[in-house]
Amino acid sequence: MIPLSWYLILSAALFSIGLFGVLSRKNAVAILLGVELMLNAVNINLVSFWRYGDVSMMAGQVFAIIVFAVAAAEVAVGLALVISVYRRLDTVIADEIDMMKW
Amino acid sequence: MTLPQIFFLITAFVILGSALMVVTTRNLIHAALWLIVTLFGVAVLYALLNAGFLAVVQVVVYIGAIAILFIFAVMLTRKEMRDRGPQLNRGWWLSGVIAALTFGGLFWLLQAWSGFSKTAADFPSGFDAVGQLGNALVSPQAFVLPFEVASVLLLAALVGAVYVAFNRK
Repeated sequence: MIPLSWYLILSAALFSIGLFGVLSRKNAVAILLGVELMLNAVNINLVSFWRYGDVSMMAGQVFAIIVFAVAAAEVAVGLALVISVYRRLDTVIADEIDMMKW
Repeated sequence: MTLPQIFFLITAFVILGSALMVVTTRNLIHAALWLIVTLFGVAVLYALLNAGFLAVVQVVVYIGAIAILFIFAVMLTRKEMRDRGPQLNRGWWLSGVIAALTFGGLFWLLQAWSGFSKTAADFPSGFDAVGQLGNALVSPQAFVLPFEVASVLLLAALVGAVYVAFNRK
């Protein structure tokens, strides 16, 4: 059998890769791609804790489903904002979107 | 090494390799396609964890909707796609250090935990995971309220997305 530690290490590594993408990328769409990687890492954790704990407690799977819904909402709003900004400013580079900078 | 372990290691290798490609490749369309590979690997992991319903939802919602939305967004903002100049910030090495520290910190926290290397018990006989999940989602004693709140959130977010992206000209 696969020990729980393998899943946890994989998910920590995936989370760190996503964090690197969020912090280092210039393009706003690429930043959202990094956020998706981080959400997937969280989901792996939730489902593996469900499987390795008490399987009759469905909280792990239910929360994974809610994370799916929140991820879909986040991507829809995020990409709509990126497209709207692109129309007005003609750029998707996060550094150049500084209209609200004081 | 048993067969599930070998299967897990191959899947983990695919997931981490394609995730690295997502954050480093220059062409954003390629990044979105590598994201699909990562998401598919995560769906395989759900199947390995006996969460068949989540594996299907991962393929339908993540790959079928979210990844396609990313590809559309990349194509609609196409002028920046060919990426003149560097794709990473000037301080990208600092982000690398932060990511490595996060991984190290998580690993250090986890290996100190007593349940770190426990293995899964078999399912009780006659246990129906999908049926239990469906009951939990609609039962007032369990998760019907969070489930409804999630659906209202999704509706509000989609209406908001249409409003934000609407071209008023």
